Amino acid sequence: MLGNALLLALREIRRNVLRSVLTILGIVIGVAAVIVMVTLGDGATLAVTSNIQSLGSNLLMIRPGQRMGPVSGSGGSPFRLDDVAAVGRDIPAVQAVAPAATQSMTAVAGNANWSASVTGTDNRFFEVRNWTFAAGRPFTEAEVRSGRAVCVIGATVQKELFGLQDPLGQKIRLKQVSCEVVGLLQAKGQSTMGTDQDDIIVMPLRTYHRRLAGNRNVSLIQVTVREGESTEEAKGAIERLMRKRRHIDAHEQDDFNVRDMKEVANMLTGTTKVLTELLSAVAAVSLLVGGIGIMNIMLVSVTERTREIGIRLAIGALEREVLMQFLVEAVALSSLGGVLGIVLALGASVQLADLLEVPFIFNPRIVVIAFLFSAAVGVIFGYFPARRAARLDPIEALRRE
Amino acid sequence: MTEPHDPAPVPLVEFRQVAKVYGLGAASMRALDGVDLSIAAGEFVAVMGPSGSGKSTAMNILGCLDTPTSGSYRFSGVPVEGLDRDQRALLRRNHLGFVFQGFNLLNRTSALENVELPLLYRRTPRAERHAQARSALAQVGLTGWEGHTPGELSGGQQQRVAIARALVTGPRLLLADEPTGNLDSARGHEIMDLLTGLNRERGITVLMVTHEPEMAAYAGRVIHFRDGRVAEDGRPGGHP
Ligand SMILES: Nc1ncnc2c1ncn2[C@@H]1O[C@H](COP(=O)(O)OP(=O)(O)O)[C@@H](O)[C@H]1O
Ligand SMILES: [Mg+2]
Repeated sequence: MLGNALLLALREIRRNVLRSVLTILGIVIGVAAVIVMVTLGDGATLAVTSNIQSLGSNLLMIRPGQRMGPVSGSGGSPFRLDDVAAVGRDIPAVQAVAPAATQSMTAVAGNANWSASVTGTDNRFFEVRNWTFAAGRPFTEAEVRSGRAVCVIGATVQKELFGLQDPLGQKIRLKQVSCEVVGLLQAKGQSTMGTDQDDIIVMPLRTYHRRLAGNRNVSLIQVTVREGESTEEAKGAIERLMRKRRHIDAHEQDDFNVRDMKEVANMLTGTTKVLTELLSAVAAVSLLVGGIGIMNIMLVSVTERTREIGIRLAIGALEREVLMQFLVEAVALSSLGGVLGIVLALGASVQLADLLEVPFIFNPRIVVIAFLFSAAVGVIFGYFPARRAARLDPIEALRRE
Repeated sequence: MTEPHDPAPVPLVEFRQVAKVYGLGAASMRALDGVDLSIAAGEFVAVMGPSGSGKSTAMNILGCLDTPTSGSYRFSGVPVEGLDRDQRALLRRNHLGFVFQGFNLLNRTSALENVELPLLYRRTPRAERHAQARSALAQVGLTGWEGHTPGELSGGQQQRVAIARALVTGPRLLLADEPTGNLDSARGHEIMDLLTGLNRERGITVLMVTHEPEMAAYAGRVIHFRDGRVAEDGRPGGHP
């Protein structure tokens, strides 16, 4: 009986190809939208986590200001150089400490000028950030100590200021300071926050303080925790130390924040997940609309085929056989829509993943779920028209022309 | 259902005071008004009467498509009033064949598929279904036309497809409501020859509504309806 019903359903769909395609368009789009959302969401999550892993999972960042979500809040005086020294000296779990001060500034080289983020730090900055050199070298001990005007640049700065030229040995002018490029960093791409990490000019902290900033502030302390030590405990120790050094009373809140990159990763993947789920839910609504489209066309079909139904009933078809026929037809339609939607979604996901620079992750579970959902839409929205067909009075139905 | 050793054989169909009322109250219409009727297996009966006299109503009740408002209808001794919708559908499927004035074939569906339709509901296996449908089409002289859709067939050919569909299951009773109504005289006689053959050679009981005395002349018995009642019942020509 099911085989027969399927045969009849396919014949009916073939008979009205254009109408069938238009009918299932809603389902196609709904299924495709859900799958694309989930696939891109998975990709974005993976991109975020791998990005953070590339930073190193044992990295702590200490910034002035109260913590507010994933970004640092304002307020809180900057750190001093002896704070940096204290962290390295007083906390045994700390492996390396890199102080940094950053400011956005216009850099000029020849005719080209470009606004870049200028960071004063030392060689441990490259170490804690897992940053390798594409060309040239880090700073020498002497350059750091005496505050020489030398710098290491990121790939974006290289592209904007020097184009295809070799930057090594060239001069970049920042305010009144002319500094020599001694190294070029490997391209890192966008950060988890969406900023371009390669848009950077790094120079010795001393040079930065003396010649650019005119103060001795430190706006970021990056710390790597020793292998085998708990980042949680290191974080707690740093917090206690800083509270003491900054004279914060027991009832006062921290005016600085220590962030574990693992936490940031969790927070960001959490946000990505919620966003994906929200968008998928919106996409699922179009599946519902698609279902209503199927119900509509099935009702039209039942009306158009009243005489056919009358013939079937007169010949001895049972109520449930007619019901099954129309139900199978609705399910066949919606499943076809599901299959087309899946094909469309996979094609679109590959393209979009490429465009948005997130990895394409094939998720068989969502494909199966989307298909079953589309079939279920057929059952739910096909039932009412099918029952209407099955309950027709054969004499009345035959009289209809 | 039949009892072959019964001294007084049960009639194939039997109406006892069958009435059918359409509508309610003042607007009600007595389409059948106390009909008594008994037809034995193997008969060829023509039903005549003016338009609106209740012929189609009677045929629908005989065909178990409709139920009487009052009175009783027994098919092969079984009271049809006591059957539910599905049981009546099974009775139609297994024992009855219908031929309608308007042919009532499925459009855009080949002659073969149309004839196969009742077998589909009987779950006849595919190969057997094809063979039986082809043989039924051969019996009505349509060999070679199996793949044609109703739109590609003449009226006479369409009615023959409808007859093939009605007889493919080997029914005990064939009901035909004005089967020649849409056909010219020559085509009409072909259809009558076909029905007569089925009645004589295969022993199928045939009950046929017609307006035309020349078609009724093929039957062994003619029943006249008037105002929802049986007015005359006898041999063709009205002279028993
Ligand atoms: N479904 C119906 N509803 C109301 N009246 C009906 C219906 N079917 C038939 N009738 C009426 O019953 C009477 C008998 O109809 P019918 O049996 O079709 O006559 P015939 O076939 O002899 O022309 C007619 O007056 C017709 O109008
Ligand atoms: Mg009539």
